[in-house]
Amino acid sequence: MSTSISVTDLTFSYPGGLKALDGVNLQIGAGERVAMFGPNGAGKTTLVLHLNGIHMPPPGRVVVGGTPLDDTSVMDIRRRVGMVFQDPDDQLFMPTVRQDVAFGPANFGVSGDELDQRVLDALGAVEMVHAIDRAPHHLSLGERRRVAVATVLASKPEILVLDEPSSNLDPASRRELATILKGLDVTMLMVTHDLPYALELCERAVIIDAGKLVADGGTRELLGDPDMMAVHRLELPYGFDLKAV
Amino acid sequence: MHIPDGFIDGTTSLGAGVIAAGGVGGALRQSAARLKDRQIPLAGLVAAFVFVLQMLNFPVLPGMSGHLLGGALAAILMGPSVAVVVVSVVIILQAMLFADGGVSALGLNLINMAVVTTLSGWFMFRLVRAPFRPSRRAVLGASFVAATLSVVVSAVMFVVEYAIGGVGGVNLFNVLLLMAGSHLLIGIGEGFITVAVVGAVLQARPDLVFGASDLRAEGSPRLPMKRFWILAGVAAAMLVSLTVFASSNPDGLQWVAEQTGLAQEAQGSLIATSPLSNYGAAGLSDGAGRIVAAAVGMVVTFLLGWLTFTILRRRSPV
Amino acid sequence: MSGGHAHALHIHGHSVVHRLPGHLKVAALFLFVVAVVATPARAVWAFGLYASVLGLVAGLAGVPVRFIARRMLVEVPFLAFALLLPLVGEGPFLEFGGVRLSEAGVLAAWTILAKGSCGVVGSILLAATTEIPNILAGLNRLRAPKAIVAIAGFMVRYLEVISGEMARMRVAMAARGYEPKAFWQVKALATSAGALFIRSYERGERVYMAMVARGYAGSMPTFGDVLTSTADVVRALALPGLAVITAAVALVVSG
Repeated sequence: MSTSISVTDLTFSYPGGLKALDGVNLQIGAGERVAMFGPNGAGKTTLVLHLNGIHMPPPGRVVVGGTPLDDTSVMDIRRRVGMVFQDPDDQLFMPTVRQDVAFGPANFGVSGDELDQRVLDALGAVEMVHAIDRAPHHLSLGERRRVAVATVLASKPEILVLDEPSSNLDPASRRELATILKGLDVTMLMVTHDLPYALELCERAVIIDAGKLVADGGTRELLGDPDMMAVHRLELPYGFDLKAV
Repeated sequence: MHIPDGFIDGTTSLGAGVIAAGGVGGALRQSAARLKDRQIPLAGLVAAFVFVLQMLNFPVLPGMSGHLLGGALAAILMGPSVAVVVVSVVIILQAMLFADGGVSALGLNLINMAVVTTLSGWFMFRLVRAPFRPSRRAVLGASFVAATLSVVVSAVMFVVEYAIGGVGGVNLFNVLLLMAGSHLLIGIGEGFITVAVVGAVLQARPDLVFGASDLRAEGSPRLPMKRFWILAGVAAAMLVSLTVFASSNPDGLQWVAEQTGLAQEAQGSLIATSPLSNYGAAGLSDGAGRIVAAAVGMVVTFLLGWLTFTILRRRSPV
Repeated sequence: MSGGHAHALHIHGHSVVHRLPGHLKVAALFLFVVAVVATPARAVWAFGLYASVLGLVAGLAGVPVRFIARRMLVEVPFLAFALLLPLVGEGPFLEFGGVRLSEAGVLAAWTILAKGSCGVVGSILLAATTEIPNILAGLNRLRAPKAIVAIAGFMVRYLEVISGEMARMRVAMAARGYEPKAFWQVKALATSAGALFIRSYERGERVYMAMVARGYAGSMPTFGDVLTSTADVVRALALPGLAVITAAVALVVSG
């Protein structure tokens, strides 16, 4: 299995001195689906923003599919790493769904018929073709989140990074999104507090706390370790039985 | 106060369009560096904020309400050139999408609400802050004065346009007094809200208040004291002369008094009450009229002050 | 708060008017309004003609009269002003039902009423028959400054998001018994407006981040130009063309 994402000794401090990442190491293989847990403010989002070159190393190194992230490779890496942000209202900023989905590939130089086809394919993958000419803010949250996934799929990424994909979704939308995500042939890193969702979608999970990667293993094993869970403020929902799933 | 089509004649509207295009174009050039990249979505979000804020009616006095213009606020938060661009977008879309303000009057509305409020607000803000040390209190005090007067200046600008190309044979001085006076009240409301907004932003994200960037970094440029005293002197002189002029013109004041009396009664019977009947007994006293006149004086002062300021700045490179 | 619901501006349809490219309709509106404003107010017949042409366009586009009437309410403040003019204007005066009216004031009131209404209805028809993205694309094609159109796009997109946030704040405040009656009571309202500014700004920062993540490097991509046929140009120019001719005739006859 080839390595899709490789993060080495990544450290990051915000202006003002807050150390958000403190020597993080993480390797993700091609085609893997990995969940990332951790309490609020642990550095999850900061780490994720490095994978797309919104924050840049050094100190540390980020390598995506063999290409080190630096000023010359950043545009290429942004195409290959699709970021789906938590609030679809941040992700969907264009007047229509069509233009929003086309935004990424158009920036990466796709145009004409190929652009139209990309838009249709991406919307097809999330079953939202019917909404192509609608305004994003007239869609339901579940629909908006699916379109948000389409906006990055249109650039044909190798890696999909999702920030809290299931948050605030009603149960049916949550399940529909899971079905769609399972059907995608990409490497996936999912930041989430929704532990059952992670268990359903990801075989592997990591825990970030206080800027450090503190655990890395099978999702089921991590969730079954009560001491580890308690230390990092993680809890399964009331009544959830790990052995029953 | 969005002027509709046909309120001001075509030639004046066209001329205003040219001037507004120049003003907005200048602001675009000034802000080009900041608007290039990151600021485009930010400016769009702030424009949406200003739009929403303009829909917010606030009570001025029980039974009377006004709505925010937001030009001074935008200037204090984002700097004058970006603010002109942002408020312009709001005005343009109000005309095109909401039929609020005529398309042919776009130039007039841009001048009054996007250019003049913003720049006069910013100017007053700088002027009032000039003699004080950078402090939260100075920023808020200056915000109040700037926002209040920016509304009055905008109203005066409207009268100027009305004088040049307006329809209807009304006494212009009366219109001026009425507009400036009523907008002084609305302006005070604008001032209070602007102070509260700027205060709230200063509290939570002081880095977002453009006009208070000197609170964090020491030694930023201040208006030299000499210039301040010149401007203050001009202001005082104008104030005195205009008050005297206004009080020696009792007809105008009488009319304003009647109008104000009418305005207070206007809720039920706008048409039934003739303003020419001797209704104004309950209206403004002569003293209050002088205050209105003083407000007008301040406005003219602003224009003169701005001129002085510009000339001085040309002469002495800072 | 009609402004909060941008979709309430549009009447869905596939009429000739709906199908015209945005930039032609925007240009047509400008031209029409300029012609209306240039028409001498005394040429009452001309305004009758304008009104019937506007009615024809509304009929073609299937825009209901009630919709137009409701949206025309934005005019009301200036109508109040217009109606005041005959009362406060200067002489000569005419007597009408025992009320002394200024002649110049009456003419002024008519001017504002007639021209203002034509302009308002024209704008309403543009918004009712053109989706906002097409209006923005039209402005782009008419060479409006790029920054202005781009900012306008974001503004339109986030108008409802922000007014929704504002509405939620007000509900939260009303739920705790807050109902301002005079300006010394608006502090809480204004403080919430401050919070709204910060939220708007921070959303702007997040939007920017989401754009950069998808390869934004400072210029917005433009999408598929609409093809413009000569027939479209002719159709779009029909209304303003007629208005220009009418205005010219009115100028000669009444001017």
